[in-house]
Amino acid sequence: MKIGIPRAMLYFKNGKFWTTLFDELKIEYILSPETNKEIIDRGSKLAIDEACLPEKVMLGHVEWLIGKCDYIFIPRIEYCEGYEMCTRFLSLPDLIVNTFREKSPKILFYNITKNSRKGEYKAIKKMCKFLGIKRRKAKEAYIVAKQTQGYFEMFRAENQENLLSSSHKNKVLIVAHAYNIGDKYIGGNVLRILKELDCDAIIAEYANAQKCINLSKSVAKTLPWTYNKHLVGAIELYKDRVDGIILLTTFPCGTDSMVNEMVVRKYKDIPIVVLTLDSQDGSAGIETRLESFVDIMNFKKGEM
Amino acid sequence: MESDVYACFPQWANYSCAFRFIFEKGFEVNYLTPPPITKRTLEIGSKISPDYVCAPFKYCMGCYIEALEAGANCLMQIFGACRLNYYGELAEQILRDMGYKFNFFNMANIDFKSPKSILENFKVINPNASLVKIGMALPVTIKIVKTLDKFEDFIRHNVGFEINDGEFDKVYKEFLEKLNKINNKKELKRLNKEYWKKLHQIPINKPDKTIKVGLVGDYYTVQEPFSNYFMEKELAKFGMEIYREMNLTNTIIHSKFKKSLKTGKKYAKHNLGATGNYTVAEAIKFAKAGASGIIQVKSFGCMPEIDTMPILQNVSKDYNIPVLHFSFDSQTSETGVKTRLEAFYDMIEARKHK
Repeated sequence: MKIGIPRAMLYFKNGKFWTTLFDELKIEYILSPETNKEIIDRGSKLAIDEACLPEKVMLGHVEWLIGKCDYIFIPRIEYCEGYEMCTRFLSLPDLIVNTFREKSPKILFYNITKNSRKGEYKAIKKMCKFLGIKRRKAKEAYIVAKQTQGYFEMFRAENQENLLSSSHKNKVLIVAHAYNIGDKYIGGNVLRILKELDCDAIIAEYANAQKCINLSKSVAKTLPWTYNKHLVGAIELYKDRVDGIILLTTFPCGTDSMVNEMVVRKYKDIPIVVLTLDSQDGSAGIETRLESFVDIMNFKKGEM
Repeated sequence: MESDVYACFPQWANYSCAFRFIFEKGFEVNYLTPPPITKRTLEIGSKISPDYVCAPFKYCMGCYIEALEAGANCLMQIFGACRLNYYGELAEQILRDMGYKFNFFNMANIDFKSPKSILENFKVINPNASLVKIGMALPVTIKIVKTLDKFEDFIRHNVGFEINDGEFDKVYKEFLEKLNKINNKKELKRLNKEYWKKLHQIPINKPDKTIKVGLVGDYYTVQEPFSNYFMEKELAKFGMEIYREMNLTNTIIHSKFKKSLKTGKKYAKHNLGATGNYTVAEAIKFAKAGASGIIQVKSFGCMPEIDTMPILQNVSKDYNIPVLHFSFDSQTSETGVKTRLEAFYDMIEARKHK
């Protein structure tokens, strides 16, 4: 049996967890390639016009995987870290089944429907039962995979802290969902341009999730979505140590459309730029905007 | 009334009659019926809202501003399973930044597991609010909502066939005016009986076989006539029988969620978020009941409704029924909507004669 993992959306959040899990369970898997023009174009054709860019990317990746594996791995997650998720993660398996109905791909998923701490483990256990794996083996694999992901995140966060304290360049906080900044085709351009402009990119999503979620309560009390809570909390965590903030979103992200407005209203004494990307963007527009943003940061620094 | 609080909930179909009752009889504050939505409402709303937030938020913002101008000092917002969950906090922040002074009752703040939290939040509306009085007013409020939904369902099925134009509208308007003045259950019952009879007495010319159209879509856009450019009226002009299940009765009072999940099982096995499952189940139900077409009405970028579109397309193929998708934003042109509806009608007519 071979499982196909689309390199899109939640892969950028849980990639290490998933791959380690399947390694431990000794299940063969393939990853779809890095997002490229062809995948995005295919995805845009398959998706509804109004759908958000990550969803289009996802559909492109799924199409690439169809025929190359037995199951396509699309988890369905309603709750994460005690809070709810964007409705897109709820409807993803059904959406994919309906979009590719003629090709009838088999979908493998774990389904977190309850808002509890053990929800994820129970969901994984259920998936393993479906795959015919013994319970003990499933538990072992889950623990190893979870730890791997945990260490990976911890290491990433620590590296970032080191960079923050050692760097003397302009530090720019990039506030973007994991699947936007992690995807080289979407967020990669911004990172490259920032490097060329001699800035250090601090990535909000790398900060410790639990800590950030707690911090976010002081900024946005009733914010419902886990990932946005994480990002807003990261702004609160890093705001005194960075020179500017980039709010990087894709069109038309439902949750970001409201949260960005809130962030812009709450943080008034730090330069903020909102970059909205869609599938047809060349990089020239972003380059100009980032150049002027760096100028603003320098100006503010010189003034103080 | 002695209270100097003027509470207001954004305009949403005709439910302000029900809101008025619970606020005046339950919370014992004045209720300000929001000014009817006009083009200006939407213009103000879009100006102060984020760019690509869904249209209902823009309508709410416009309504808030117009209500504040009319003298409201206590605004409120409900919560839901999609972006609606965050409406309250953002709306409050925007209005406060603009310098308005008001109390804001945000239901997303309430922890419904703790009675203390419920009461504390109710006190935002009226510091002397009593749970007993609210509890007593609630059943009548629910009754009002049910009456409204029952009446509107009847009108929807028959308005296209009235012999004298505008008669249903006239009677219903009269009913709403009287409904806005009732004080207790007894009066509601009498009013209900009287006007239910009056509605049935309106002469109609309904053939045995009619063209039936089902309306599905997101919670606000499908229910608030202004936000869908009075689509139901336009459809009635073609002599169609209109069906719509999405209303307060079918979602909150007698939730059909589990039933919807079961109906739509073949297409969507899980909760799609917010109104997604309702939309799918309703579409299937209409298709099975022999509707000639389904119209999906939603605001641009509505998260759960976008994900139902591929599903509706599959339903359309399986049941051989046309589905028309409408996405409304603040800049949709009225003529465009009319033209598309005309084309839809022509297509249904052509299919009939095939």
